Amino acid sequence: MRRSTHLDPGGERVLVSNDFGDYAVLDANTHARLLRGELAPGEARSRDLEGRSLLHDHGPEQWTDLERAAHATRKSFLLEGPSLHIFVVTLRCDHSCQYCQVSRAAVDASGFDMSAGDAALALDRVFESPSPDLTIEFQGGEPALRFDIVREIVEQALRRNESAGRRLSFSMVSTLHHLSDEDLLFCRDHQIRLSTSIDGPADLHDRNRPNPTRDSWARTIAALDRARAVLGHEGVSALPTLTRAGLSDPTRLIDHYRGLGFPSIFLRPISPYGFALKTRRAIGYSMAEFAAFYEAALDYILDLNARGEAFEETYASILLRHIMTPFHSGYVDLRSPAGAGLGVLVYDYDGQVYPADEARMAARTGDGRFTLGHVSASFAELMRSPAMRWLATGAVAESLPGCSTCAFVPFCGADPVYHASVQGDPIGDRSTSEHCARHMTLFRLLFNRLADADVDTLATFTAWALRKPRHEILQPGWVDR
Amino acid sequence: MSLALHTHARVEGVTEVGLYKVLEREEAAQSTLAGDKVLLWQTEGSGSAGGVFAGEPKGAGITLSSLRDPAVIQPGDVVRVRPGSSLVSVMYRRGSRANTLFATERCNSRCLMCSQPPRLDDDSWRVPELLELVELVDPDEAQIGISGGEPTLLGEDLGRLIDACALHLPGTHLHILSNGRAFADARVATALGDRGHPHLTWGVPLYADHAALHDAVVDAHGAFDETIEGLFELGRRGARVELRVVLHALTVDRLPQLASYIYRRLPFVEHVAFMGLEPMGYAKMNRERLWIDPVDYGDALSDAVFHLAHRSVPVSIYNLSHCVLPESLWPFARQSISDWKNSFASECTGCELIDRCSGFFASAGPAWRSRAVRPLRLLETAA
Repeated sequence: MRRSTHLDPGGERVLVSNDFGDYAVLDANTHARLLRGELAPGEARSRDLEGRSLLHDHGPEQWTDLERAAHATRKSFLLEGPSLHIFVVTLRCDHSCQYCQVSRAAVDASGFDMSAGDAALALDRVFESPSPDLTIEFQGGEPALRFDIVREIVEQALRRNESAGRRLSFSMVSTLHHLSDEDLLFCRDHQIRLSTSIDGPADLHDRNRPNPTRDSWARTIAALDRARAVLGHEGVSALPTLTRAGLSDPTRLIDHYRGLGFPSIFLRPISPYGFALKTRRAIGYSMAEFAAFYEAALDYILDLNARGEAFEETYASILLRHIMTPFHSGYVDLRSPAGAGLGVLVYDYDGQVYPADEARMAARTGDGRFTLGHVSASFAELMRSPAMRWLATGAVAESLPGCSTCAFVPFCGADPVYHASVQGDPIGDRSTSEHCARHMTLFRLLFNRLADADVDTLATFTAWALRKPRHEILQPGWVDR
Repeated sequence: MSLALHTHARVEGVTEVGLYKVLEREEAAQSTLAGDKVLLWQTEGSGSAGGVFAGEPKGAGITLSSLRDPAVIQPGDVVRVRPGSSLVSVMYRRGSRANTLFATERCNSRCLMCSQPPRLDDDSWRVPELLELVELVDPDEAQIGISGGEPTLLGEDLGRLIDACALHLPGTHLHILSNGRAFADARVATALGDRGHPHLTWGVPLYADHAALHDAVVDAHGAFDETIEGLFELGRRGARVELRVVLHALTVDRLPQLASYIYRRLPFVEHVAFMGLEPMGYAKMNRERLWIDPVDYGDALSDAVFHLAHRSVPVSIYNLSHCVLPESLWPFARQSISDWKNSFASECTGCELIDRCSGFFASAGPAWRSRAVRPLRLLETAA
């Protein structure tokens, strides 16, 4: 199917795309003539559109074999099954972050840790997934508080994998504060990648992430140094959670990451659903505010790259990989059919299984519809659970109202968990959807930049989308527009 | 520099057309080839080049002497002689990168720039001769090509030739030039594409990202759709495919879009070669339509080459000298012109890049000469 979407408020630039991810950015007049069938066969733009299967609007029954193959390539993640398995080994945490209040328990509370029995059952489910790639990610709460469980799961998983033969990897989301040198050595020896939260310089970070001693930033930086000394520089990554306060100064935030020696930053807005109105007011922001922040941040980063300093904005990289290549990035949060359950499974501390971290949070507020079942149920049972059937109704973006006619849809994804949680049903209403507004904003920005065709920007985008070192891209070569 | 594939000699003892392997006495003694397929190499006169071949102890009882160009035939080569003729043809040249089994002169396309214009005559005699030739090729030969004409028109005869290569030359990379149209028929793709040769690559020309232009260039209606479908059939069988794009006035405009098309639709191809025009055959007749100075398509070629290179599609530029290319493209330029067709210009004597340059086709006269031909200095590369 051919779809069209305006890239600017005046509709002077129009993106047309198809199910294979081919696209062209047309001026309004050319677009109007395309829709009326008035483009002359000899026109260069007509040839462009023909070569990109955009000259005619044709449905699946008319696809050529190569078009079918291109579509299958783009959706090949579907054949794999869940590859990301999140273990919430404890809900306890010594931080009381504003944006995390519903998914943590006090550090000394009892009954919030995963039992050894449930952990073993969860591993049964992990290896029942048909995916050739398996990533086990430890989350919390603060998983380092129960590093003993982490160790046990890693060792058991490696033992099982001796016969299962999957490409198995581990990661852990942690403040790093509680990881002993011995724990870090275990991480190094078992190639557990660490990911931590750094929300910005000390004032910003400590406001967002209060710990009992009010020194979270200082402890994080000290722990980062310790972790890098053991795991190497590449072994630890960081992610900011963007609150209202964090939006105030994109340059300062990015410079903080550069100063800490990180090669990239992942600028993803929070979706403060499930939060009390008071919290939402304190930390939330409108999509317009985020858009202004993001564009300023992207421009700053593009400028760094143009001046010879390789630095990546990871969200843009993911979207650009979807735009500039015939392949999916693998990113589970932006897929159609959605990654919820089909790409990710979350094993909560109490043995409940969820299709996404956001589903776990929604369930925490008392909504039982989001759980796939208990971890003692088989993978097949979890996959055919009422929750999966319910979420599946909103999992195929190409079939959703608002998405089915959107030219960004081949590069985007469905988020039935978000729409179910905020709007009450997985199909949802795109006109008030934050998920939609965010991605419309990002895609408009990126496609406009592609159409502007600034050489340095195209070179940086090429490096990001194709995962190449920036300095290797001396000239971008052709980029469709 | 170009060394011909034919010469004349005094030929004695020939009773029928035949192929013979030229070997020095020592190598012949160790060879497993039948004695009547071998001509013994003897140095004529005082050690200068020039071969005489006789029949003892291994040998065919045939003598060639007084070669007009003695350098043309060397030990290891396979030659064809015919009764009552002084012509000796080199069918295989040891050490050449360009050995090709010429399978047929027939073709179902009429490419405007074809350097080897097709003929309609029945030349089915070629395959039996090639089957014989394959047995005489050095078993440690790195690469051999099959070309035409359109080899797939031979049908099962091409299959037999592939099988013979697999049997006698299992370690030799086999490269077959085909327009791929026949593979649109899945049965043909199965019969030939899945032949079980361990190192087989299909070199398929593709000239545009849309049918009208490709069909115009190959002068065959429907060819684009057939080639594209044929590539799909090869790709899904896991066949190794190289795409070849000849650069001329009609194809250069859409090079960037073609590169994008290749990446989006044919990401399985393992090599894309952009090829400077060989001024032979139809190309000479169509010069007015085809000629463009390579300098004038440098930008389009750059856009296409870097599009593919950044996307990890291996890409090469054939048949274009360094001096006509933007410096950024030099790493992609290969020494691609077959030795027997290769020459250099007078300016090249002073060029410091001559050792890594393709040079020119010997057939390229002044009408095919780029205004950019000039000697280059390595200092320019350091800048």
